Amino acid sequence: MSYKAPAKDMMFVLKELAGLDEVNQLPGYEEATPDLVEAILDEAGKFAGEVLAPLNFSGDQESAQWQDRAVTMPSGFKEAYRQFAESGWTALDCHPEYGGQGLPRLVSAAVREMWKAANMAFSLCPMLTSGAIEALELCGSAEQKQMYLPNMISGKWTGTMNITEPQAGSDLAAIRSRAEPQGDGTYKIFGQKIFITYGEHDMAENIIHLVLARLPDAPEGVKGISLFVVPKYQVKPDGSLGERNDAYCVSIEHKLGIHASPTSVMAFGDHGGALGTLVGKPNEGLKYMFIMMNAARYAVGLEGLALAERAYQQALGYARERVQGRAIEGSATSVAIVHHPDVRRMLMTMKSQIEAMRALAYVVAGAHDAAFAHPDETERKRNQAFVDLMIPVVKGWLTETGNEVAYLGVQVHGGMGFIEETGAAQHLRDARITTIYEGTTGIQANDLIGRKLARDGGATLKIVVEQMQQTIAELDKAGAELTGIKTALVKGVAAVVEAGAYITANYASAVREVAVGAVPFLKLMGIVSGGWLMARAALTARKKIAEGDSDPFYPSKIATANYYAAHILPAASGLATVITTGGPSALAIPEEQL
Amino acid sequence: MKILIPVKRVVDYNVKVRVKTDGTGIDLANVKMSMNPFDEIAVEEAIRLKETGLATEVLAVSCGVTACQETLRTAMALGADRAILVETDAELQPLAVAKLLKALVDKEQPKLVILGKQAIDDDANQTGQMLAALLGWPQATFASKVVLGSDKVTVTREVDGGLETVEIGLPAVVTTDLRLNEPRYATLPNIMKAKKKPLEIIKPADLGVDIAPRLTTLKFAEPPKRQAGIRVADIAELLAKLKNEAKVI
Repeated sequence: MSYKAPAKDMMFVLKELAGLDEVNQLPGYEEATPDLVEAILDEAGKFAGEVLAPLNFSGDQESAQWQDRAVTMPSGFKEAYRQFAESGWTALDCHPEYGGQGLPRLVSAAVREMWKAANMAFSLCPMLTSGAIEALELCGSAEQKQMYLPNMISGKWTGTMNITEPQAGSDLAAIRSRAEPQGDGTYKIFGQKIFITYGEHDMAENIIHLVLARLPDAPEGVKGISLFVVPKYQVKPDGSLGERNDAYCVSIEHKLGIHASPTSVMAFGDHGGALGTLVGKPNEGLKYMFIMMNAARYAVGLEGLALAERAYQQALGYARERVQGRAIEGSATSVAIVHHPDVRRMLMTMKSQIEAMRALAYVVAGAHDAAFAHPDETERKRNQAFVDLMIPVVKGWLTETGNEVAYLGVQVHGGMGFIEETGAAQHLRDARITTIYEGTTGIQANDLIGRKLARDGGATLKIVVEQMQQTIAELDKAGAELTGIKTALVKGVAAVVEAGAYITANYASAVREVAVGAVPFLKLMGIVSGGWLMARAALTARKKIAEGDSDPFYPSKIATANYYAAHILPAASGLATVITTGGPSALAIPEEQL
Repeated sequence: MKILIPVKRVVDYNVKVRVKTDGTGIDLANVKMSMNPFDEIAVEEAIRLKETGLATEVLAVSCGVTACQETLRTAMALGADRAILVETDAELQPLAVAKLLKALVDKEQPKLVILGKQAIDDDANQTGQMLAALLGWPQATFASKVVLGSDKVTVTREVDGGLETVEIGLPAVVTTDLRLNEPRYATLPNIMKAKKKPLEIIKPADLGVDIAPRLTTLKFAEPPKRQAGIRVADIAELLAKLKNEAKVI
């Protein structure tokens, strides 16, 4: 149940597909040269494999434990977190002004993939903290930043996002938690929040909660929600910790997966009110949430990729060791199951999709860096539009595919995969939440077809399609070896164009029928984007081979892209048919007949 | 006190090495390379001595190809202050490395050299001993504990019979065994700082050292595959085989 960071493929994607060398030309990111990035990935890989991965299975078995409003983390987590923070990993992509290293998102994406693959339940703590850091960096006052950011960036304190309430899940308009002004600039917060990741734990001395609540005079609905910062312990002006705040974890959930991550029910103000301060302006809380939403959704997308990688490594290890059955073409003795064509098919389905997902994830991260730091405004806007279009695809497609890959991981193991001690089942259970939290796949798909596609009439999609067509033109020139990839990609892109045109044309007039095809369109976008980037990877690999590079990585990359084209891309045409014709049949029967 | 830590770039310990088909060596194409694990322990020990105030400067050196710079950056990310690479594409045997290190010691005047007891590629276990001999310095090999004084060092050595503690005068050469310490992980800020620390590159000729190999390698071969066992009928047959065929009793 070990994890070895796939540093080679990571570096390949960073350098050859996601534009590391363009990103390190951007102002502020000059330090992120390939040799430094390689050194960082090397050390992060070591830490992930040697410190975090060994706690993954035991953490799952032991679970976080709640008693008397306190949470005890599974054995080893506290020490691992201390080491994690002391090694400076919490500060990787944070602002240098408060102690961060200011590295680009592109580098952070690869490093985060390692944490998530090694120990997803552990990784959620720094992930939520970095979301809270980003919120404070973007919207906090100078005083709030000074008070909280240095200790959060150093990992001394952790952070949470308190959004969901029992009656307010996907629909934030229903939030009821309230904030009463105390007249001195502080507020007393009252209310109950659920599903609060790392809402309570014993790994850090303070926990900084960001809480959505309503001011007394707030308008109804989403326009009346404000954001507050509520620390577990009050912070005195000199930075030392003061009184315990009235923010308590009253229980933790018993879940299908991520057992080591304490998913807390938080009670604010049961004993007189939890003291907090307003972040940004009144009633703008939801807007701030949306600013962070991209980062959070992106991060969950990475979880799908990471768990897929972990499940693949586990399945591959087992398939090489497990000797069972003669070869189908005949053999004197039994063979390792990796030799059986169907096991091959499963492993290649896992491997090829993992590489496609990694390519898409890192390419979007690179574009995000350009959208943030490029000196030219047109370039910033162009990249931002690409990121906005692709975020729901990264979140939705990577997590759905991550689940499929983890499912195959169990299947490769046969009966042993169904046994918890084997460890394959945990990846499937851990992956299951990823298509749900930070917006279900359905929510992502609605965002994709509505805000990202119909709203601009397909303009951004058109730009992406043009880039794909450019790759097709390059494949044309590349000769016979890549013909299979070209043919499949041509069909895939045609499917995207057809489905995109159908959605933009009918969104206003037949939104229910169109929305039936939302998730199929999200998958279509994922599959074809992945195919496009695998084609680019194959082109690069071909070039390297032509230049005389004998690394077996490159022929394998071409073969894997071929597999993707032959086995994964063909689904695109079928999905286009579903999207353009499948709406009415889903809505035909009356609800009571369901 | 300045400490010199020679580090060697070797095939990563996770890699299963293969002999080249023509038997001339190990296939190093596209193989992950890392710092020799025993040298990591040496780096760690030197950094700890610096952290406790007993050492003032930790200088990492390596001899070999250009890519050894990565190994030196790793040493600096762990805490070494600066580095020197003696750059050459030539084959380096332990005696040549010991001579290069002697020249560097003459130049840099460290009071202590700590290095791995052996490298995991050729397992020669010679460089430290040869270096001490060339320098005329005392040596304490296979260290599992090092207590540094101002003019002497007390070293607990792992020997066949157990542990042996020796006290030797400085300057001295110490080679590390596995139990000496557990190397730390490099922190992110230190990885980034390592890039800016000074790394000097010199050639063997600059040190006036003849690095020509003294030994000729005849061939490399994989260890023989284990043969399948045979079933014996009874104890008598087993004894007969052990006595007459295996000739072990």
